[in-house]
Amino acid sequence: MAKKWNMVVDIARCDNCRNCFLATKDEHIGNEFPGYSAPQPESGHSWVDVKRHERGQWPVVAAHFMPVMCNHCDDAPCMKAASNGAIKKRADGIVIIDPKKSKGQKDIVDACPYGAIFWNEEEQVPQAWFFDAHLLDEGWKKTRIEQACPTDVFRSLKVEDAEMRRISEEEGLQTLKPELGLKPRVHYKNMHLITHCFVAGSVVEHVDGVEECAANAEVVLSRNGNEVARAKTDLFGDFRIDQLEKNSGPYQLAVSSESSGSAATAFDLGEDSLHLGTIALGEEA
Amino acid sequence: MRFSIILFGMVQALRLVARLYPKFRDRLKERNLIAQFKLQDNSEGRWVQIENGKVRSRKGIHEKPDFSVIFKNKAIAEEFLTPPFDQLVRIDAAKNFKLLVEGSDELAVWFMTTLNEMQRVRWKGGTPVGNGVVRYTNGTNGGPVFVYVKDGKILRITPVEFDDEDAPSWTIKARGKEFTPPRHTTLAAHGLCQKSMVYSKNRILHPMKRVDFDPNGERNIQNRGKSEFVRISWDEALDIVVSEIKRSKAHGPGAVLVTHGSHHQWGNLGHYLSAFNRFWNLIGCSKLHNNPDSWEGWYWGAMHHWGNSLRLGTPEFYGTVEDCLKDAELMVFWSSDPDASYGYEGTIRREWAKELGIPMVHIDPFLNHTAAHLGGKWISPKPGTDSALAQALCYVWITEDLYDKEFIEKRTTGFGEWKAYILGETDGTPKTPEWQEAETRVPAREARALARQWGRKKTYLGAGGWGCGLGGAGRGPMGVQWARMMTILGAMQGFGRAGVNFGNLQFGAPLDFSFYFPGYAEGSMSGELAYSANAANNYQRMPHVVTMNSSRQNIPKIRLPEAIMEGRAAGYLTDVSSVRGQFLRYGYPAPGHAKIQMMYKYGSPNFGTMVDSNRWVKMYQSENLPFVVNQSIWWEGETPFADVILPACTVFERWDIGEYYNVGAGYVHHMFSMVNHRVVSLQHKCIEPLGESKSDYDIFLAVAERLGLGAMYSEGGNTELDWCKRVFDSSDLAKHTTWKKFLKKGYFVVPADPENARAPTASRWYYEGRKKDTPEPYPLPADYVGEFGEGLQTTSGKFEFLPETLSQIDDPARPPLNHYQKSYENAEADPDLADFPLQLLTPHTRYPFHIMGDDEGCTLQDIREHRVRVNGHAYLVARVNRKDAEARGVKDDDLIRLWNHRGSVVCAAQLTDRLRSGVVSACTGSAQYRPAGEPGNSTDLGGCVNMLNPKKTITEQASGMAPNTSLIQFEKWTGVDTWQRSEAA
Repeated sequence: MAKKWNMVVDIARCDNCRNCFLATKDEHIGNEFPGYSAPQPESGHSWVDVKRHERGQWPVVAAHFMPVMCNHCDDAPCMKAASNGAIKKRADGIVIIDPKKSKGQKDIVDACPYGAIFWNEEEQVPQAWFFDAHLLDEGWKKTRIEQACPTDVFRSLKVEDAEMRRISEEEGLQTLKPELGLKPRVHYKNMHLITHCFVAGSVVEHVDGVEECAANAEVVLSRNGNEVARAKTDLFGDFRIDQLEKNSGPYQLAVSSESSGSAATAFDLGEDSLHLGTIALGEEA
Repeated sequence: MRFSIILFGMVQALRLVARLYPKFRDRLKERNLIAQFKLQDNSEGRWVQIENGKVRSRKGIHEKPDFSVIFKNKAIAEEFLTPPFDQLVRIDAAKNFKLLVEGSDELAVWFMTTLNEMQRVRWKGGTPVGNGVVRYTNGTNGGPVFVYVKDGKILRITPVEFDDEDAPSWTIKARGKEFTPPRHTTLAAHGLCQKSMVYSKNRILHPMKRVDFDPNGERNIQNRGKSEFVRISWDEALDIVVSEIKRSKAHGPGAVLVTHGSHHQWGNLGHYLSAFNRFWNLIGCSKLHNNPDSWEGWYWGAMHHWGNSLRLGTPEFYGTVEDCLKDAELMVFWSSDPDASYGYEGTIRREWAKELGIPMVHIDPFLNHTAAHLGGKWISPKPGTDSALAQALCYVWITEDLYDKEFIEKRTTGFGEWKAYILGETDGTPKTPEWQEAETRVPAREARALARQWGRKKTYLGAGGWGCGLGGAGRGPMGVQWARMMTILGAMQGFGRAGVNFGNLQFGAPLDFSFYFPGYAEGSMSGELAYSANAANNYQRMPHVVTMNSSRQNIPKIRLPEAIMEGRAAGYLTDVSSVRGQFLRYGYPAPGHAKIQMMYKYGSPNFGTMVDSNRWVKMYQSENLPFVVNQSIWWEGETPFADVILPACTVFERWDIGEYYNVGAGYVHHMFSMVNHRVVSLQHKCIEPLGESKSDYDIFLAVAERLGLGAMYSEGGNTELDWCKRVFDSSDLAKHTTWKKFLKKGYFVVPADPENARAPTASRWYYEGRKKDTPEPYPLPADYVGEFGEGLQTTSGKFEFLPETLSQIDDPARPPLNHYQKSYENAEADPDLADFPLQLLTPHTRYPFHIMGDDEGCTLQDIREHRVRVNGHAYLVARVNRKDAEARGVKDDDLIRLWNHRGSVVCAAQLTDRLRSGVVSACTGSAQYRPAGEPGNSTDLGGCVNMLNPKKTITEQASGMAPNTSLIQFEKWTGVDTWQRSEAA
């Protein structure tokens, strides 16, 4: 089997420095690469975009960032929408929109379920991130987004599909909109940071009448009487349980410590992560 | 060699090089001239005629040469002209009248440059990489870069990737693991956007004149910022500028005011501390005296506790990366967001700390970028109240016996009084965690939990953006109080102990600190010995002619509008050589000096960076400012407020040389300890200047030539590339590589010290009671009270809880005992502020570097965390608390108006929970200014949020600005502007 390109994107490593976004603009604005692409317009296109995602409520908040780009689907809907063979799938897995043949085919933009294709008004062509195929073909060892990323979010892999399936399984990688069955070649690590919720709280206890952070308290999360997860509070009395399904409530939460007794509360988990505020030991909610 | 033979040989060489190199042949066609070389007594000489590219020459003395180079005697002439040339001999000849140049300055400079070109024409820069592409190198404020060029156009700009020839990287062994940085440089966003800046639609490509400005008639000053501009020739522009300089100088010394930003395009030569200073010292001018604007709290406050004046009052940082990774058990980031504006070299080191499981706490009203990336405990105090939290920590440490008593006893003074204050014995208010909760809104239990962990664990305190000072809460109105508290916390835990120090892993990489390459603050070719660090090393190592400004007039930068509009201004010195230098007051006008007649503005718009900046706008409409010239690369918010505009080019269009984050001695010595590898880059002239733009050096040279100063300015016809070579020769680079190789490859990685020769850990010497052993020449020898190297730069030589120096002044906000004071921007104290219930944070921006990269043509405009496009215009983002926004009917990306009595600015809302309710955060540093109505008295659509900050200084007797934590209100922008500035502001 032939080796093909894949991109692994680790959401936990992204801190929104925007170098991937900027490197792509640097590569394509004002530059034409015949056979690969027309120049990108000066502004408005995000061939590699970074989506901002916030979870929780002040003062327990997490901010995550997810780079998104053309997925180089094996079963690419854009190819089907294109006429005249304007989009081709290369043997190495890369999907390329031909800058000449695609002229005027604005429909291609809407065919992408990921919003990763952009219409170039000036050149009258649809455009997307094409895996720096022009550089790889010249012998570059990695893409510009990998080169520019200071936190190693990206890892391009040229491997056989079976090998990629193994890596994906081993590392728990996921793809965008798997339900569409398009076989994307961009794989995400730590996707739960976007797709799932956490529940957090600050456990307090009273020592000689003074409110203190309850460190090392045992937190048990249950649903329908079944334990779902367990955690210990840190030195600030804080706990956070992650990777909960959205809209998966109702939950029950029990906290206990040897010295200060216990507390319990219940909540409904909706779309967003939840900060339960302070939970005082010794009181039943 | 004999004089006559040398001159004969010179003529032969000119002809030979012209035959071999078409480029040189073309150059000879640029001018027709007769140059005379002779001895002073006319006993020997030779003239050279260049006409239509042909070289003629005869022995003897010509009747009418265009210029003459006159040597005092034969011995001097022969020593001067015999290769290899000794720069010191040449300088000596020029300075001591051993050599004179008479006649046309412009032609003499051209001819001498031509002689140098004989050597330069053979130099080849850059590395061909195939397909007609050449890879050059350059430097940006965001890091060194590779620049790929094809057909005279920049194709791409990337970080520098090291090859096998480059020096190996260092390794730190900590807790059973080994950490080595990656084999490449990283780039900040403002480095990666540079191609778009070069080709921006906002580049100024031709000299221009305001259409209704007539230097000999009606100047229409009131129309600055409103009228259109017309293109003029360089000749006309330079004629106006030179005649205005002459007109101004006729008023007396200091009538020409020059201003520049705090930063410049990267590179030692083109920097304002270099070419600019050299030029202005030759002309004579008033300068704006810069306040330490990112270090205010450290400089005016913290310094008094422990000295470190040459670091603006911030702590040492050597060896802290290794010490922290090996021994720290807790990292506290206090107002510390290193990932915000200084690139990503330190990011990986913080990830190592996370990998080692070192717990992290972030104290910042905003869940900042570093905190969001690393995770850990976030504590968000009400802005401006941090010191109350810090004092509560002291309270817990004292009452629970969690501080370093031995250090306190042996290495500090005044702790008894400090302790009495904290316990409430002197003012009746114990500084308990409950007391701080009322100020900061941080739960008392969390303050207690933090204090206990900190007191029990070896803790690194990352204070400010760099961890060892800079930015953050130190820039607010309470910055002095806060920075002082940071030093006090450090002292109570015994800074210098293994695992206990200042830092957030941003500074203190284990590099070679003795390899000499000059930083930009060393003044490069400036010859300026008083106001740069030139005298320390550069002046000896790169012999060049000293230059001095004969005017003694300075204006405090933060009071420029008052100086112009009211004719008076006063301030306190930023003088880093001593602790007490800052007590000296100075004023404008200086005795016997002239009032300002013209302003020479050097890029960098101030409307977005200076506080209460509607003042700035109004200043330009003052009749007290008869002429303004702006030398700028881009059309920025302040540009149309000039009368004449001179187009400068970017660093990619001229030669320069510089080292990654090397500022040099002067204010942040060894700043390159931020990077993982010391990288020196030759900053190739990658492309020709766009349009009619010129390098700063060439613009100054053109003005200088019109004033007969060209030969002096260029030191006998040196081009920027000649100066690069001189910098190279002056540095330790010349011992490790050749000029030819450096010119081609474009960069050099300085080998790190071997593990057993690394710099000692910061302040360990002080903790252990030894003489100072860290590799910095600070403090000045005279500032040690005992033996050289013994103790700190304070009156007692010890850390002073109650600084003796502060008892020498009577500054209400800087009492010797750092007691808690509320912010002066306080609605409880000032009923006029009741309409403004929200606190505005104005931190340094993350994507541009101050204003650099905030150009409308720059790719950074498309980053939605920086600006959001609404109806075609990119509005600055203001982060607002989700609940505050909802209460005002504001949604994400809605346009909102932020205002108070000082200013009104439209931004795009970004709703977030990363801020507590009642706080708004919008970054300072807009390069754009788009008044909705009358400039200076209407709402700004450009994002100059500094317009909302007060002009009041950080304390009464400190010329520091206080740009954070102002009170404002916001609402959904209606599109109709009715705001007017209240004069009471």
